[in-house]
Amino acid sequence: MTEPVVAIVGAGPAGVRAAETLARGGVRPILFDEGERPGGQIYRQPPRGAGRAAAELYGLEAAKAAAIHRVLPDLADRVDYRPQTLVWNVFQSRLDLLGPDGYGEQRFDRLILATGAMDRALPFPGWTLPGVFTLGGAQIALKAQGMSIGRRVALVGAGPLLPLVAHQYAKAGARIVAVLDATPFAAKIAQLPGMLAEPATLVKGLWYTARNRLRGPKVRYGVGAIRAEGRTQVEALVYRDASGTEHRVDCDAIGVSFGLLSETQLADLAGCAFAFDSLTRQWAPERTPEGRSSVPGIYLAGDGAGIGGADRAELQGRRAALAVLEDLGRAIDAAETAGLDRRLARQARFRNALEGAYPYPAHLLEDVADEEMLCRCEGISVGALRDAALTKEVREMNRLKALTRIGMGRCQGRVCGHAAAELLARACGIDIESVGRLRGQPPVKPIPILGGAP
Amino acid sequence: MAGLFQRLFARTGAAVPFTIDGEPVEAQEGDLLLTAILLHRPALRRFEFGEGHRAGFCLMAACQDCWVRLADGRRLRACSTPVEPGMAVMIEDDGRD
Repeated sequence: MTEPVVAIVGAGPAGVRAAETLARGGVRPILFDEGERPGGQIYRQPPRGAGRAAAELYGLEAAKAAAIHRVLPDLADRVDYRPQTLVWNVFQSRLDLLGPDGYGEQRFDRLILATGAMDRALPFPGWTLPGVFTLGGAQIALKAQGMSIGRRVALVGAGPLLPLVAHQYAKAGARIVAVLDATPFAAKIAQLPGMLAEPATLVKGLWYTARNRLRGPKVRYGVGAIRAEGRTQVEALVYRDASGTEHRVDCDAIGVSFGLLSETQLADLAGCAFAFDSLTRQWAPERTPEGRSSVPGIYLAGDGAGIGGADRAELQGRRAALAVLEDLGRAIDAAETAGLDRRLARQARFRNALEGAYPYPAHLLEDVADEEMLCRCEGISVGALRDAALTKEVREMNRLKALTRIGMGRCQGRVCGHAAAELLARACGIDIESVGRLRGQPPVKPIPILGGAP
Repeated sequence: MAGLFQRLFARTGAAVPFTIDGEPVEAQEGDLLLTAILLHRPALRRFEFGEGHRAGFCLMAACQDCWVRLADGRRLRACSTPVEPGMAVMIEDDGRD
């Protein structure tokens, strides 16, 4: 009997733990990583030759980052690790690849998708000025390069990434001039009992907040009406505080995003059924608690199939790998699966409370002007979306894409797709679930027409 | 011209000479093309569908905002490409009118 081919896409916490679990279970998985070194984005490593002590770059997450980074070197050739390899399509039981040696294919029997997430962006005046980055981008500048995105940095968010990035920047000696949370402080107090499901994580969150107060500007909660000002690049951030008073902060860079969005294109191309999650207001591929998708042979782990954070991603990676082993008829340890299932249930309770602590900042979408740029790839305005809704009776995202090109640019709707759905739903007076979601299309990222190394 | 990014940690590593619009500048081994440029400039490229410049956005190879053009014709996503000696980055003179 030939050995089954088990492929994993993504080498963040979920993909790395899945690979480790498979290797320990006697299967040698192929692990495809678009990055050059394992860790994903949350534990992104500097390029070779640019190393720093983990404690300086990751703050309190250093031990977890270091543990993830050690897994593949420790397993050596028990995992077939393929860095710098983009999986740009899934077609039946085949992956289409672009790697260091050019184009290729990989047939698989089982596939674990651990594709991760990116920051959720919302449009505001000035959001395309040079100097505006996502919070995740601001964090990567620090973790992967030891750099700050500017000399005077303002941070704006609506999720747990905000206090974490503020903590990491302050610890690294960057100058932070504002930390602005678009969600109310009261929501955090209300969710404290639920967050006790993961007391260690809660204590870290409180620590970040306390340290941020000691080192930098006070965190302001419930802010709105944000805009970046500047002629050719960011010169200031303007916002309204919870009492309605406007403030202006001089800065040359802004890290801003509002929660996370799952990277779901490959699951879509694999034919997985999707469901709408009303808590995070996004569509995600359906998965069982064990990590099975709706398609036999396709498994899902980590933030790519619903936002849960890095700790949960590690557990899900291990759990999905155990499901693969079980489905291959290999013996698995019942006590291990039961333990993982218990920890995953606790993580789910914590996550629900955390989402409640950072409710969706819908007020930021209330007064978006027609002239505001919605699609940053091609410069298409919010007015174009509203015109399509009004004069062409567009009620659905793929129809919107066909008629306006919103979601058709280089990013394939990763950046604008969520805001477009929210604004289309508002323009039509229907709920966001009704406007649907952009279908994934291969290639999921831009690739050169000529083969060979890009 | 002032750069946007600030190096917070000095480190060892070979100097990497490259040019931006013909001006010789220096990065360090281990720098990405995006950070190498933004240490010296406030932006990476002109925006091809309207006014202004762009400097990247997500830094994780998702938003596609940081594609830059080199004099040798290569187009590179700067956040996922290490800087190499001799790269000739074209920002203002990017081959368009």
